[in-house]
Amino acid sequence: MAIIGAGMTEFGELWDYSFREMGIRAGLEALNDANISSEQIDAMFVGNMSAGRFIDQEHVGALIADYAGLAHTNVPSTRVESGGASGALALRQAYFSVASGIHDIVVVGGAEKMTDIGDAEMRSIQSAAADQEWETVFGATFASLFALMTVRHMHEYGTTREELSAVAVKNHRHGALNPRAQFRREIKPEMVEKSPIVSSPLRMLDCSPVSDGAAAVVICTSEMAKQFTDQPVEILATAQASDTLALHQRKSITEMLATKVAARRAFDMAKMQPKNVDVAEVHDNFTITEIMAIEDLGFFPKGEGRKAAIEGKTAIDGEIAINSSGGLKARGDPLGATGVAQIVEIIQQLRGNADKRQVADAKVGLTHNVGGTGASVIVHILGAGP
Amino acid sequence: MDEGIVSYGAYIPRYRISPEEIGHIWGLDGASIAKGLMIEQKSVAAPDEDVATISIEAARNALKRTNVSPQKIGAIYVGSESHPYVVKPTGTMVAEAIEATPALTVADYEFACKAGTAAIQTCMGLVGSEMIEYGLAIGADISQCAPGDLLEFSASAGGAAFLIGSKDIIARLDTTVSYTTDTPDFWRREGQIYPSHGGRFTGDPAYFKHILACAKMLMEKCGTKPEDYKYAVFHQPNGKFPQRVAKQLGFAKEQIATGLLVTKIGNTYSGAIPLGLSAILDEASPGDRIFAIAYGSGAGSDGFDITVTDAISEFKRDAAPMVREMMENVKSIDYGTYAKYSRKILLAEE
Repeated sequence: MAIIGAGMTEFGELWDYSFREMGIRAGLEALNDANISSEQIDAMFVGNMSAGRFIDQEHVGALIADYAGLAHTNVPSTRVESGGASGALALRQAYFSVASGIHDIVVVGGAEKMTDIGDAEMRSIQSAAADQEWETVFGATFASLFALMTVRHMHEYGTTREELSAVAVKNHRHGALNPRAQFRREIKPEMVEKSPIVSSPLRMLDCSPVSDGAAAVVICTSEMAKQFTDQPVEILATAQASDTLALHQRKSITEMLATKVAARRAFDMAKMQPKNVDVAEVHDNFTITEIMAIEDLGFFPKGEGRKAAIEGKTAIDGEIAINSSGGLKARGDPLGATGVAQIVEIIQQLRGNADKRQVADAKVGLTHNVGGTGASVIVHILGAGP
Repeated sequence: MDEGIVSYGAYIPRYRISPEEIGHIWGLDGASIAKGLMIEQKSVAAPDEDVATISIEAARNALKRTNVSPQKIGAIYVGSESHPYVVKPTGTMVAEAIEATPALTVADYEFACKAGTAAIQTCMGLVGSEMIEYGLAIGADISQCAPGDLLEFSASAGGAAFLIGSKDIIARLDTTVSYTTDTPDFWRREGQIYPSHGGRFTGDPAYFKHILACAKMLMEKCGTKPEDYKYAVFHQPNGKFPQRVAKQLGFAKEQIATGLLVTKIGNTYSGAIPLGLSAILDEASPGDRIFAIAYGSGAGSDGFDITVTDAISEFKRDAAPMVREMMENVKSIDYGTYAKYSRKILLAEE
């Protein structure tokens, strides 16, 4: 299976663009990149977490197909939802549809328009990916649940404020090199440490922002890909795992078991090991999430992930480049678009098109997209084409 | 016919509260918020003050500086988003207090923070068309803000009045333009005590978009550049926005320094541009050109190209308090006193 085209909007507060406009812009860029016309598309999968609540618009599969100019081809279009992992799951569904032989060329989109509503409503919608009956009804917010994980991680492994801050600093440094990133400026550790408390010990600059944005890729079989591009990116593995929806039902909250399981499945499928990965986009909705992710994915031993950013091991020129795009923290986190944007970043890296943030000799890339507090995890492994 | 400012008067309540004191109550880092907003303190109205009394004080200060009889005032427009009555005009109280009744027209205006400049424009039109000899335009507010909201660090009280006419004008209102769209960045619905705002949406797509467009429209119409003006004043909801917008337009720090009051008194909403303009007139000399752009949420900007005339040399500026005198004669209060003065404490019903 191969990816033949990729596109995305800038991420940020896109006041001038509606949900559908963003979707069209990202989709068109992907189609142009793939050098195909819209009539060649056999199916579409759109990752979106909560358009119904953000913009009162459900039925976004048909909406995107319609505004992509495909209503006349009656293309099947499916909306996929898995909290913050909706984008990656859309790619996984597209993979199945091509692998099944039913479709040849499939477009995967991810989009979220978050900034049309106020802050209080925003918190409520973001937290809806947690367990409504066991968590949010008692006042838990997304940040407070990740704060619990942070405190426990600090307790068990000695993770420090400085180590958390280093993750945000590193991702902003990467984001500053990414023209599509929401925050294209560097920050200092003191700025993280002085930023307002969101849920202790997490501060504002530990958290990914509220963002608008859309991203899209086009996939087909590796065989067919040769017709369209000299630089196909191979999907070497797709894996997914689930866990309990509520945090308190897990044996450990200093790891995401679903990440470990999905990673194991992905590495088995790709016949690879973590050490084979050159560049990874991991889910860093909070700084602690990146630390747990690089441990659970097997890049660092448990308890050692905390030191990676502060020691420069996860920088673009480090041992393994983590979140070269800036990650959710700096590139932005338009929920349903995030998983697809991670794929777009890896494609650019594997094609050698990542400009100032290019990871040298990047041949294998991994994406890690999380829904909720880790109840859904999707991992993809991509490889540079022949 | 030249329309312009015949006289002006300002009023700022003397109580002040600091962001640190407000932050202390709500568990927020007031010092850091103060730095971010570039606001050191904000003015607070006394318990017996409201938009009517502020408007009257400002109007009286304007009249102290001129020999124009209040009976010659043919129109009074008071712009505010905190009129004491929902139904019953503030302007009639002002008219009675300054003895301008009964042969005049009066109305209250609301356009968020730019109702005062809309009042100036209306008076320009009425004077220019010779429907009236003099008009009094007032912008004043005791801005509401929900306790604990970020707005509480800036929303303050104050206002200024401008006597508009065509004779003995101290500053000619050469050109005015407006830029208006339907942009819901800040609002207060009927029956709501406190306003709502769109958070960061109040920045780029609201304040900056409208001020930048209006400023460019005004300079294009006047054929001017930033360096043609001695002074510039922009709506100032905080210290950061007007400084950023001035820089974007190419105005220097020295040009906006005189009219930038927000750092010391907070955001006086409808009073902001009228007070900034008053501070400039307090020191301006003949021939000085002033560039003023108001902003009101909802949203729109009014722009003015103003030239100070020779008449300002003979003008009795000292007959009423200068803006900076009112900024210095202050008394700091704690949050409890502020809560009491701004009627945030529910008292037993009588």
